[in-house]
Amino acid sequence: MKGSDGVKGYDVAVIGGGPAGLAAAIESKKHGAGSICVIERDRELGGILQQCIHNGFGLHIFKEDLTGPEYAERFIDELKELEITCKLDTMVLELSADRHMDIINTYDGFMRIKAEAIILAMGCRERTRGAINIPGTRPAGVFTAGTAQRFINMEGCLVGRKIVMLGTGDIGLIMARRLTLEGAEVKVVLARRGYPGGLMRNVAQCLYDYNIPLLLHHTVVKIMGKERVTGVLIARTDEERKPIPGTEELYDCDTLLLSVGLIPENELSREAGVKLDPVTGGPVVDESMGTSIRGIFACGNVVHVHDLVDYVTDESRRAGRSAAKFVQKSLKEEGLLIKTKPGDGIRYIVPNLIRVDNLDDTLELFMRVSEIYRNARLMVKADDVVIRKVKKMQMAPGEMERIRLDSKILKDREVSVLSVKVEKEGT
Amino acid sequence: MRSESESKAKEIICIICPVGCRIIVKRDKNSSSGYSVSGNECKKGEAYGIEELTNPTRVLTTTVKIEGALYNRLPVRTDGAIPKDKIFACMKVINRIEVKAPVKVGKVIIENILDTGIHLIASRSMLRSMLRSMLRSIKAS
Ligand SMILES: Cc1cc2nc3c(=O)[nH]c(=O)nc-3n(C[C@H](O)[C@H](O)[C@H](O)COP(=O)(O)OP(=O)(O)OC[C@H]3O[C@@H](n4cnc5c(N)ncnc54)[C@H](O)[C@@H]3O)c2cc1C
Ligand code: SF4
Repeated sequence: MKGSDGVKGYDVAVIGGGPAGLAAAIESKKHGAGSICVIERDRELGGILQQCIHNGFGLHIFKEDLTGPEYAERFIDELKELEITCKLDTMVLELSADRHMDIINTYDGFMRIKAEAIILAMGCRERTRGAINIPGTRPAGVFTAGTAQRFINMEGCLVGRKIVMLGTGDIGLIMARRLTLEGAEVKVVLARRGYPGGLMRNVAQCLYDYNIPLLLHHTVVKIMGKERVTGVLIARTDEERKPIPGTEELYDCDTLLLSVGLIPENELSREAGVKLDPVTGGPVVDESMGTSIRGIFACGNVVHVHDLVDYVTDESRRAGRSAAKFVQKSLKEEGLLIKTKPGDGIRYIVPNLIRVDNLDDTLELFMRVSEIYRNARLMVKADDVVIRKVKKMQMAPGEMERIRLDSKILKDREVSVLSVKVEKEGT
Repeated sequence: MRSESESKAKEIICIICPVGCRIIVKRDKNSSSGYSVSGNECKKGEAYGIEELTNPTRVLTTTVKIEGALYNRLPVRTDGAIPKDKIFACMKVINRIEVKAPVKVGKVIIENILDTGIHLIASRSMLRSMLRSMLRSIKAS
């Protein structure tokens, strides 16, 4: 549809065609949104999943052990069946609070579109060397683990032969195995803390299986080499993750891979004036995945970095439903608003706000703990009343925790703050 | 190596779910399975621990060369777990293969790989890319 101002309009526009954008678009359609457009800057849909060729996806949603591309394909097929429009190779350049977007591609050129509801699903990007500040020269051969993953798995080029990995995020662990399978030698994997950032199962099946050494409390202090990396100087780190002088050791290698974390991709959101949470780096969201701007929703890694794509799908379906409701004017925008508050041991909680009238039967709270806990409890309080205690054998910052609450608990009383804290056993 | 691990207790990290229990597997004549397992939080861990000690297996995921598609590599996986000690031998076989686009997800790429009874299958669909094939024919002529 063209509006009177000559700008093409949609009911719902989704920015990003990764698992978040796909699930959100499909769900909006199923809940009555008319015209939907998914805008993706890559050549195809699927987002980061297309390069994650390992298995372990879909255990919750499909009860099957799928690879990333298989998981993506199921949603892409559904999107096509529902005849949802997508614009590939198309970049969203700018977003404004009145829900207009400037987009550009090689077939439409520069275009302005508008939508009743917009869903942000831009995913995240990897932290780079700049974010962690390693001194030394800037030779070729320094990559983020995700870039190396794309090179190897999609283009078929091995990034190097002798590899040192800094960081123990799951992508890094998975890449250590992948490179070894392809004949490279992963000399060592370094964790700056006393524990690996990724899941233990990935440490086991990616490092232990292939006898790849893991050094805890270590970091890279210098990169050597003029044109290409020839080695890295590593050192032990103290409790504050600072290198300890005198503990340096030289490792001969041609490639340094960085797996030092992900940050939500929010340039567009920031420019539009969407309020961001300083801890997650993503938009502040409510129970419906609505942001601080009316009609703009967000889901997936753009909100907070997920380790399980299944949770991305759940969250994005909720965003899709909400956008459809908003378009049909059935999303409540008034009434009791509860704030969530991370207590001791909790870094953040998503959602930040809960409008009770919009809740389905259950409310899901997602959170991350700030350190490793064994045999502890997550304690949920509605104001001063404990409404839920969940026993946890183990919790780690690298693993997102999810708590499901019966919405009735919140509907039956006038709660103003919902808080979660970690309680150690025996306290 | 096997006899050594059988005589001693072995610590294994269960990879079945994200909890990642550290489980201890010991030879135990009095138990029906011949092993005693501890540290596992659920039944699956017990089965995994024994299996890991007696016949460790893994699903293998990698890529094969593909011609005429949008990308150079097609992701593939084994449709079941293969013995761990056959992984590198399988990689050798897989790295010799080249397939042609289009391919549909689930298509068998190598049947009964190295007599494991397991097939190697495509883990996504890939269309034929007009652009790639055009570039190729220009190069060839
Ligand atoms: C390198 C890497 C590897 C990962 N590996 C795993 C893994 O093994 N297992 C796992 O469970 N999770 C993994 N994750 C986390 C994974 O990203 C999430 O589980 C999931 O893919 C997030 O989905 P998403 O749709 O939010 O983001 P993405 O999959 O990143 O999709 C976002 C999409 O938005 C597009 N986009 C962004 N900005 C614009 C714009 N301005 N205009 C148009 N399009 C835009 C991007 O091109 C992209 O396709 C990985 C993440 C990264 C970065
Ligand atoms: S033993 Fe059970 S709970 Fe523990 S990691 Fe294995 S499957 Fe998960």
